[in-house]
Amino acid sequence: MITVDHLSKQFGKIRAVDDASFEIAQGRAVALWGTNGAGKTTIIRCVLGVIHFQGSIRIDGHDIRRAGKKARGLIGYVPQELAFHEELRVGAAMRFCASLRRVSSARAVELLERVGLEGNQRKRVRELSGGMKQRLALAMALISDPPIIILDEPTSNLDSAARADGIKLLKGLRESGKTLLFASHRPEEITELADEVIVLEKGRVIGRDNAGSFAERIARRHFLRLDVGADRMGDAFEALQAAGLDVSNNGHGLCVRTPASGKAEPIHVLSRASIEVRDFELLTFDESEEMP
Amino acid sequence: MSQIAAHLPLPSIGVWNLGVIARKELRDALGSKWFLLYTIAFIALSTLLSFVTLAGAGAYGFAGFGRTAAGLLNLIMLIVPLMALTSGAGAIAGERERGTLVYLLAQPVSRSEILIGKAIGLALALLASLALGFGFSALLLAWKTGGAGAGAFVTLAGYTALLALAMLAVGLLISSLTRRGSVAIGVAVFVWLVLVFVSDLGLMAGTIMFKLRVEELFALALLNPLQAYKMGVMQHLSPTLDVLGPAGMYASATFGRWLGALLLGALITWIVVPLALSLIIFSRRSPL
Repeated sequence: MITVDHLSKQFGKIRAVDDASFEIAQGRAVALWGTNGAGKTTIIRCVLGVIHFQGSIRIDGHDIRRAGKKARGLIGYVPQELAFHEELRVGAAMRFCASLRRVSSARAVELLERVGLEGNQRKRVRELSGGMKQRLALAMALISDPPIIILDEPTSNLDSAARADGIKLLKGLRESGKTLLFASHRPEEITELADEVIVLEKGRVIGRDNAGSFAERIARRHFLRLDVGADRMGDAFEALQAAGLDVSNNGHGLCVRTPASGKAEPIHVLSRASIEVRDFELLTFDESEEMP
Repeated sequence: MSQIAAHLPLPSIGVWNLGVIARKELRDALGSKWFLLYTIAFIALSTLLSFVTLAGAGAYGFAGFGRTAAGLLNLIMLIVPLMALTSGAGAIAGERERGTLVYLLAQPVSRSEILIGKAIGLALALLASLALGFGFSALLLAWKTGGAGAGAFVTLAGYTALLALAMLAVGLLISSLTRRGSVAIGVAVFVWLVLVFVSDLGLMAGTIMFKLRVEELFALALLNPLQAYKMGVMQHLSPTLDVLGPAGMYASATFGRWLGALLLGALITWIVVPLALSLIIFSRRSPL
């Protein structure tokens, strides 16, 4: 679906992308992983044909240089932060995108409902929160139901609640068979969304891995140390164990291992069991570190 | 996707995209405070000027179409280029600076469609603004003085439309060359100052210092779209162009009935060449 062949891009003296080659098959969700400056955003902009580059990029067989419009017609793009005319109203922004993609305005209304922005059509883009803007960007990207969605750090500007919402929406897209290419430096995005990970360093592709094993390799262990008072310690231990959580009593309190994207889960479990959490502390360790 | 597109039988994608972008640009321009301000200022000044023109001749009331056209000429040469240059200058550079250009380019549109679409939208907005200004003055003059001399007024309006388009094209060229909207507006204002004030003074100084021949003076004047505009309008108001001095008389005597076509050609060149250059530059430059 996406073929990148010997892609290079230079900005002045800086080589932002250096001879990168990869292929993404239809229906796969692939993450571009790397630190800031690794070349993730530059690769995305090249794939979209927004900036000039060396090498070749084909989208479903269409050369992005020679048949850019056709190729981009197959792609919905969600930027890191929606840069759109801030004075425009949400409804007008959607209608503009619908017109460009030759889609009826009714589809715009349907998509606003799907991303939970119904009732915001009269609001100006600048009046939306970060999370709402990101949802608008997603609605705009989906307007013509394109088979490929490209996202640049899709949840990096969102708070944790909005991030969870965003990931849920994107998981829905992945499950619907869309081809996803996204830049990320968040392990939870990789775990939840990607099938594969392309690892970038200083503009070069240094590896490609299955998302599961990659996530394990880079995973950090999160523990929640909970203080529920000595009198409820036993009840809390049982409740957490019954919920399938890895819990231990280290003498100072309860210590529960939590997934990266569900750190509050033990607190919810105790709340449902009517056990009050007096205090808590989040502890994070690399795989190589030992827990104290 | 094909199911959705099938509901809408549409013209070829190039024309469609041009229309979508032009419509958005037109709507944005008409909603802008600057545009409204320019339009109101143009209407107010042209109306006031038509009154003052006759007052200067020792009478009070509204002047006819012909005298008002002559009086309006200098006002137009100040306001219209400024309005068109700044509108064009903000078009691309502003989007580049806000980061919206990258998003727009990520859509299924070509760079040419973006630039030409913007040019069409802004041109329509400018022409609408001029039509309002001229229309209001014309209605007022027709009501107060009758229709005598209306031809001169129509000629003035036609040449003014061409001048606006030429200045818009220059503005777009500035915009495609600059990265920041504020810089583009600054350059546009500088170009306006050069065209309106400095080039006249430069021509005068050049004539004295280099003892320019009259045909050289005329050729240099054609390089300034404002001079081509002025001569074009004046030759309709005063066919011998003697009011413009030796260069005007030379042009009139040398080119005769072809002078109008030459001046129109100069203005059209000022539309086509900057627009073509903008297209080339915009296609090659990074949107970042």
